[in-house]
Amino acid sequence: MDSVLLRALRHIGHRVIDGVWRLGYASRFFALVLLRSGPSFRRFPLTIREIYYAGVLSLIIILVSGLFVGMVLGLQGYDTLQRFGSEEAVGTLVALSLVRELGPVVAALLFASRAGSAMTAEIGLMKATEQITALDMMAIDPIARIVGPRFWAGVISMPLLAALFSAMGIFGGYLIAVVLLGVDAGAFWSQMQASVDLQEDVMNGVIKSIVFGVAVTAIALFEGYDAPPTAEGVSGATTRTVVTSSLAVLALDFVLTAFMFRGT
Amino acid sequence: MDRRVIDLWVGIFVVAGIAAFFVLALQVSNAGSFNTADSYRLIAEFNNIGGLRVQAPIKSAGVVVGRVDSIEFDNDKFVARVVMRLDKRIKLPKDTIASILTSGLLGEQYIGLDGGGDPVNLADGERLKQTQSAVVLEKLIGQFLYGKAAEGPAK
Amino acid sequence: MEAAITQNLVEVEDVEFRYDLRPVLKGIHMRFPRGKVLAIMGLSGCGKTTTLRLIAGQLKPTRGSVRIAGRPVHTLDQSELYTLRRRMGMLFQFGALFTDMSVYDNVAFQLREHTALPEAIVRDLVLMKLNAVGLRGAHRLMPSELSGGMARRVALARAIALDPMLIMYDEPFAGLDPISLGVIGNLIRRLNDALGATSIVVTHDVQESLKIVDYVYFMSEGVVVAQGTPDEIRASGEDYVRQFVHGQMDGPVPFHFAGRSYPSDLRLERALG
Repeated sequence: MDSVLLRALRHIGHRVIDGVWRLGYASRFFALVLLRSGPSFRRFPLTIREIYYAGVLSLIIILVSGLFVGMVLGLQGYDTLQRFGSEEAVGTLVALSLVRELGPVVAALLFASRAGSAMTAEIGLMKATEQITALDMMAIDPIARIVGPRFWAGVISMPLLAALFSAMGIFGGYLIAVVLLGVDAGAFWSQMQASVDLQEDVMNGVIKSIVFGVAVTAIALFEGYDAPPTAEGVSGATTRTVVTSSLAVLALDFVLTAFMFRGT
Repeated sequence: MDRRVIDLWVGIFVVAGIAAFFVLALQVSNAGSFNTADSYRLIAEFNNIGGLRVQAPIKSAGVVVGRVDSIEFDNDKFVARVVMRLDKRIKLPKDTIASILTSGLLGEQYIGLDGGGDPVNLADGERLKQTQSAVVLEKLIGQFLYGKAAEGPAK
Repeated sequence: MEAAITQNLVEVEDVEFRYDLRPVLKGIHMRFPRGKVLAIMGLSGCGKTTTLRLIAGQLKPTRGSVRIAGRPVHTLDQSELYTLRRRMGMLFQFGALFTDMSVYDNVAFQLREHTALPEAIVRDLVLMKLNAVGLRGAHRLMPSELSGGMARRVALARAIALDPMLIMYDEPFAGLDPISLGVIGNLIRRLNDALGATSIVVTHDVQESLKIVDYVYFMSEGVVVAQGTPDEIRASGEDYVRQFVHGQMDGPVPFHFAGRSYPSDLRLERALG
């Protein structure tokens, strides 16, 4: 006689073991992708093609979102700072928020939903229609040929998109604060330049975006490759990609921020 | 999809991304704000620089005329030695006073220069004779409390 | 070590295969002589697709051996397996064409990846292969613009792009109209003879395959229950074969799904006393 409690515990145990097993499997997959990265660079046009699909096609959403985020930061920042008479610091606020945090993180989240889910769906579909098996049967390693270029395309695109997001955001902040709300342009830029450090802030932001790029792309590719070869399987994998990458980005952001901005 | 079109767009994307990075580096951060060719250096010594930072603005009559280049501790005189970089076009008389002021109530600190009436101007590398240190809030409060305590209990 | 030149290109010996703990193949024995077209037939789940995968090296048998040209497939490492696979062609159930490239590029794919032939020669070869399946004029189309039968023919042209010595077909007749059925069947036979290759056809389409193959292996629940030439199969007295070949409703494979008795389900037992 199985009590409800026992069944629940067994179910949880099952899920945990499954999760751990899957993590191991995913790590092995990731290691394989890295090991077989040669063709992604020796035949660079393959990677270039994937940079187009992952990076270029994400430009619109990144630029527009960056602009809006920067504008909101400008608005909110001005509103709060002017209570302390420090509205001239709004440039600093916008720039630091974007360069250190929002640029890498929001760009990564947007990339995960747009490009990441597209990769998952594409590879899942290739698997479901036996195209991956066909490649394997034609003596072409599907990981080297299909997964590799997409992985490196994601890693290359992510920092570029994050930089563009931050730049657009700062421009948006400038539009709101200086053009609309009348903050002195000189003060806006000079205060910003005084507080934003190349090494501490900009470079750390770049490092973050590279780490996010690796995480988001790896998760997207794994979910696609591991998806059950059915319609529901692929759609479930796409959802999982967005959820898991988003959580991973936020968790990694915390870890990296704790390391980088200790005692600043 | 035509290979050449893809290559073109990827190229534009990469160039735009790198350009954005340069904008962040040069325009946004303190990497390359001052053109050192058009500037000259002046030294000012303070008893207390408060929260003054490198790259803080130097203003005269409220206009930015330069940036703080470096801040060092002078172990002989026990003062802070601030090297200021000023726009070459700005000429300051020898009796200019440098004070450390705060922007707004809680803003960042900057150096304010008040010119005197001396007909001779400061040259590159010269030291300002008079300076006024930053107001340190804790000392102010401490003085206030000490003064209040010295008054004795209310009669 | 010299691979022995035997009469049989593929030899499946005493092979058992288990998926987790579930036995799928329980000891099968098959020979595929060179130059012949052979069929593996049976119901879904009898293990025929698994057998094909074992021959292709996608799965490893839990016991027994699979040899191609004398070499055991399951002991090869990845690069040796890939070298072997360049001499093999496989046609998947619904074609599995690469959807992001044209018909031409699909057929040219293996030529471009595995050979250093100049594009002019690749072009000639691609058009020749497409001509053999009757689709030379369609080389500019994308897979999404093809009908089922056409897609499968393109996949066939792709499978023979490198003139393989072993061609495997996974349910090539599934879901085709009568004309396409005839076309595919014909092509399987003609291409095999033209290339001097060996073809293995996994199918449950009896009529089409019996027209073109030289030998049949019948499988049921992981074992070979019958084998023979098409004539032998048609005349077979074996119950399972008869039911399969003649499409009989009831036989070794029961019509009714296992369950309770009819009267008991309709609750007549008590009424009938």
